[in-house]
Amino acid sequence: MSFLEVKNVVKRFGANEVLRGLNLTVEEHQVVCLIGPSGCGKSTLLRCVNGLEEIQGGEIRLHGDRITGPGVDLNALRRDVGIVFQSFNLFPHMTVLQNITLAPTQVLRMPEAEAQEKALALLRRIGLEHKARAYPDQLSGGQQQRVAIVRALAMEPMLLLLDEITSALDPELVSEVLNLLRELAQEGMTMILATHEMGFAREVASKVCFMYEGVVHEEGPPEQIFSQPQHERTQQFLASIIEAGRL
Amino acid sequence: MREPSSNRKEVRRRNPTLPRDGFGFALAALTLAILLLLATAWVMWQVKQVMSANQFRALWADFVLVLVVLLPLGLLFPAGRSLGQAGAARRALQSENLIAARVHGAEALTWAWFTLGYAGALLLFLLFVLFFIANNVAVGRTFFQLELIANSFGLILKAFWVNVVIFLFAGVFSLVWGLVVAVAKLLPGKPAQPIRFIATFYTDAFLSLPSIIVIYLIGFGLPLTGIGFFRNLPLEALAVLALTLTYGAYMAEVYRAGLESIHPSQWAAARSLGLSYSQTLRFVVIPQAVRRIIPPLLNNFIGMQKDTALVNVVGVIDAFNQARIIASNDFNLSAVTTVAILFILITIPQTRLVDRLVERDRARFRQG
Ligand SMILES: Nc1ncnc2c1ncn2[C@@H]1O[C@H](COP(=O)(O)OP(=O)(O)O)[C@@H](O)[C@H]1O
Ligand SMILES: [Mg+2]
Repeated sequence: MSFLEVKNVVKRFGANEVLRGLNLTVEEHQVVCLIGPSGCGKSTLLRCVNGLEEIQGGEIRLHGDRITGPGVDLNALRRDVGIVFQSFNLFPHMTVLQNITLAPTQVLRMPEAEAQEKALALLRRIGLEHKARAYPDQLSGGQQQRVAIVRALAMEPMLLLLDEITSALDPELVSEVLNLLRELAQEGMTMILATHEMGFAREVASKVCFMYEGVVHEEGPPEQIFSQPQHERTQQFLASIIEAGRL
Repeated sequence: MREPSSNRKEVRRRNPTLPRDGFGFALAALTLAILLLLATAWVMWQVKQVMSANQFRALWADFVLVLVVLLPLGLLFPAGRSLGQAGAARRALQSENLIAARVHGAEALTWAWFTLGYAGALLLFLLFVLFFIANNVAVGRTFFQLELIANSFGLILKAFWVNVVIFLFAGVFSLVWGLVVAVAKLLPGKPAQPIRFIATFYTDAFLSLPSIIVIYLIGFGLPLTGIGFFRNLPLEALAVLALTLTYGAYMAEVYRAGLESIHPSQWAAARSLGLSYSQTLRFVVIPQAVRRIIPPLLNNFIGMQKDTALVNVVGVIDAFNQARIIASNDFNLSAVTTVAILFILITIPQTRLVDRLVERDRARFRQG
């Protein structure tokens, strides 16, 4: 039994079948990178794992426990599975500190003081303690994204989902976010990340999954996927990435 | 011999357009200023004649008249500046100093527009004065008899209190009721479908009904049903009920638009952190929506305030009804003018407040 098991998952938006019987397993402490052309369903898959989208077929299990279908306590699931979005989605009317403490105090019923202490420790870790009382629009994109990651970490999730979290950033701000991810990977955080940062995927991934037309088309360790891709589609995709100078 | 220029790039140069000196415009502005000076003197002369015809003689009034006659002299200043700049522009053009010509020409235009703007306002004022004194001050007598306004003021102010009470109650009730309806319309899931349907039907119906009809139906109709509860209610309470039902629908639409204006990604972020539907509404969506909906809510509130004058159709003695009674005794509408003034006095501060809130929100948006 794997840590996360995605079995034959089907997801449709109306007539548009986005996930077509997708299978994926993730072990604890693994970092799994999802790559693939735009629109192949990476975001959709992550949103399904977090229960933000209902699925129309198959099932998803976390620690052996079914987390899709009727009767699932989505709010409980989301305490264990955190997600960080491409567009940060910080709450603009709250300070950085309030953004981080909201869920621990309201969902985990953690006392305010304790939540703040933890939040400050997390902020110290990413070097943003001095921004605790700032509002999101006073932060740079890279700072906002790191706060968003820390906001998810404050819930102490078992699994962290990251959806193209560097895609909206100016190039010089990407590295500060990737450094944080690298640290998390070294600490053994289980993560699934949809990404276009092939170099980074190659460096930290335990497994790379190439998604195409709603299924995992090819998967394997990064050296294999990036150096000797077996399938034609994977080769084409990587060729276009190389052509764009991104690998 | 061949043309040597065939493979040489031609240097393209645009002929600069000659700036206009604005002389004609400046002259027109000056002419207008002088004409208005004459027109003002003539209108004030008419006023003076009407005053003497009515045996009205007062030093202060003459003083005011003279002041008004002198007022348009102020127009000569911008008009003169305009002409001066236009002259400078013309001279600069003659000495082929294009840049100076442009600068002076633009100045000339600005001052000419300045003259026109104030001249327009003065013209409107003069027309109003003529209208006011026409037919031996008929307009003034009908609407603005200071004596009648003063005499009726006490009674009307007392009746206006009825309007105030009605709109305060109906205002608070419709704010609460509107939120209830809006949340009902936004309830998620299949089981809530009938509730959503009823809430939608209710808002559709009351948005299309003129408030005067709702007031009429409820104010006259409910007591007629003979149901004890309604028969014993004072008319004012029925008016509050009618206005609450009508404006509750408007308020609900404002709330709904506000809640829906919060981007779905905010919902996703909050729900993904484990917050429930109602926690998300309470901590994330409503606080962001409130800033945006306060101005339109206030606008509805102002609209409702004005509609309190409609309750006279069911016989509530509000300010307007009281004024009509007085007006028909006096054969004069000045009492109704009093009501109009009261409504204006209480509404203007609120309108300004709405403007300020909107401006504040915009400033924040620009900054963000
Ligand atoms: N909420 C939605 N409603 C309808 N279609 C959607 C929605 N979200 C995604 N899709 C569709 O699903 C497909 C996959 O989208 P997505 O998962 O965002 O791809 P990726 O993240 O790999 O670029 C796209 O064709 C997109 O149009
Ligand atoms: Mg995506």
